[in-house]
Amino acid sequence: MNETKDTTGTDGGGMIEMNHVGKWYGEFQVLSNCSTSVNKGDVVVICGPSGSGKSTLIKVINGLEPFQEGTITFNGVSVGDRTTNLSKLRSQIGMVFQNFELFPHISIIENIKLAQMKVLGREDDEARNRSMELLERVGLSDQRDKFPAQLSGGQQQRVAIARGLAMDPIAMLFDEPTSALDPEMINEVLDVMTELANDGMTMMVVSHEMGFAKRVADRVIFMDEGYIVEDCSKDDFFGTPRGDRAQLFLSKILTH
Amino acid sequence: MAKMRGALRVGLSVAVLLGLTGCAGDFRYNWNWSILACTSENIDAGCIGPYFFWILEGLSWTIAVASAAWVIAFPLGSVFGILRTFDKPILVVVPFVKSPIYFRTRAIGTSKGIIWVNVAWFLHGFANVYVTIFRNVPLLVQLFLWYFVFPELLSDEAGMWVKREMPLPEFWTAVVCLGLYSASRVAEQVRAGINSISRGQQYAAMAIGLTPVQVYRYVLLPVAFRIIIPPLTSDFLGVFKNSSLALTIGVLELTAMTRQIEEYSYQGFEAFTAATVLYIGVTAIVMVAMRVVEGRVRIPGMISLEAK
Ligand SMILES: Nc1ncnc2c1ncn2[C@@H]1O[C@H](COP(=O)(O)OP(=O)(O)OP(=O)(O)O)[C@@H](O)[C@H]1O
Ligand SMILES: [Mg+2]
Repeated sequence: MNETKDTTGTDGGGMIEMNHVGKWYGEFQVLSNCSTSVNKGDVVVICGPSGSGKSTLIKVINGLEPFQEGTITFNGVSVGDRTTNLSKLRSQIGMVFQNFELFPHISIIENIKLAQMKVLGREDDEARNRSMELLERVGLSDQRDKFPAQLSGGQQQRVAIARGLAMDPIAMLFDEPTSALDPEMINEVLDVMTELANDGMTMMVVSHEMGFAKRVADRVIFMDEGYIVEDCSKDDFFGTPRGDRAQLFLSKILTH
Repeated sequence: MAKMRGALRVGLSVAVLLGLTGCAGDFRYNWNWSILACTSENIDAGCIGPYFFWILEGLSWTIAVASAAWVIAFPLGSVFGILRTFDKPILVVVPFVKSPIYFRTRAIGTSKGIIWVNVAWFLHGFANVYVTIFRNVPLLVQLFLWYFVFPELLSDEAGMWVKREMPLPEFWTAVVCLGLYSASRVAEQVRAGINSISRGQQYAAMAIGLTPVQVYRYVLLPVAFRIIIPPLTSDFLGVFKNSSLALTIGVLELTAMTRQIEEYSYQGFEAFTAATVLYIGVTAIVMVAMRVVEGRVRIPGMISLEAK
């Protein structure tokens, strides 16, 4: 019924383009005048104090949350347009959450197969093979028949990354992927992400792991109270962050 | 330990029951359990009718009313419960409207000269009204409305059909009434089950490209229905027990049959004891069966399915 637009649209600049985006929850403005652009292959780390709107910024990009002002285009397709087929658009963007959000009632491999079969229309065999490939890649092929609650947090998060990659996405969004993990599990997840970045995946990562940012980020965005207050290259950010808030934030983060 | 306390409780209850029986003895009540075995008109044992078969027949009607009502209540209630969780707009274009009437409501809006109708808003509202009405009018009143008032509201022909020609009019009226009432209760359970799943699950399901229908079908509902097995079981048992109200419009279910035995034989205590035991027996069977179902669909490694 709804006219759907092809999501392999034209290349008008970056892969993700945000222009003057504003979002409200009722009266409360969560995002104010947010503009940025992410090119193919870029790794952008987003940081900022709690409640500054980082998660919301990630969620408006694939239309999980609506926004009221400005425009967002992903790969040339307008996210805010009512005629856009959002399900199709989302299937091209992998997303990883703080609390993993694996589906608890199906096994690990079924978690990875589900959308491949229901969204991409892959056959059972094909989906299974692709899932096994990815489980191999994140080092969990021996866990395929377990259920999410039977895995450790770090393992669950690696499965969640595999689930996102199974859709062959052209970009990945991460919302604090390691902040619910015990310290000894953080690295196993960051290693997978680093490898992904080195393979050229376009990534936006909300994270306070500054070591990770220093190693793999091309750019760092610093948010405060709904505004993007810094958006600069990694070297500029760690070398000479301009704003006081960013400096204060960095000193807190880095000394911990 | 818990088992022992359970046994103690059962023991005490039996003692109290026996005590009551003793009181009954003071009124010189002549116990005659053999009437429950009456199959023929054996006048000596007080058998004016085949009471044994009456009880069986009553039990069958009770089970029939309850099961048929549940066949209505479960799917209908599930649909209404799901509709009540539609808080995100579902926009549909209405093509044939030429001059756009602009309503400032959440239900209808225009953009770029197109009229969008928020279908979710209407469905959600309809489900809310349904649940509010059917949950809050006493069941007995609903039963009388369906039985006495509803046929009068129909056209002459249809009303006649309902009153005269419809097969088993009392039975079907009871089934429909109980079914629609219980659907409102099921709807509340389903809604609560879905809402207890963390919002992150819905985000995750949407983020991998599932359509809203698929999100419900593959992620939310399988988990929600597992969570609500215990309350749904008590709702089903509620239907089973509420079916006794059907006697007020003349369905000869278990309670009605029991009263009939009392009237014929004056052995009401025996008859009602038999009915009580049967009600408790069926309830126990259903509960055990649902425990088994619950165990079968339990998710490995999961202690509680409630949202984290
Ligand atoms: N569904 C919602 N309804 C109303 N307010 C919300 C909702 N979700 C988030 N907010 C508010 O929006 C603001 C930004 O939230 P957001 O989750 O984007 O912050 P964040 O930067 O990700 O914080 P954190 O580091 O704690 O995850 C917060 O003040 C939060 O309270
Ligand atoms: Mg957040």
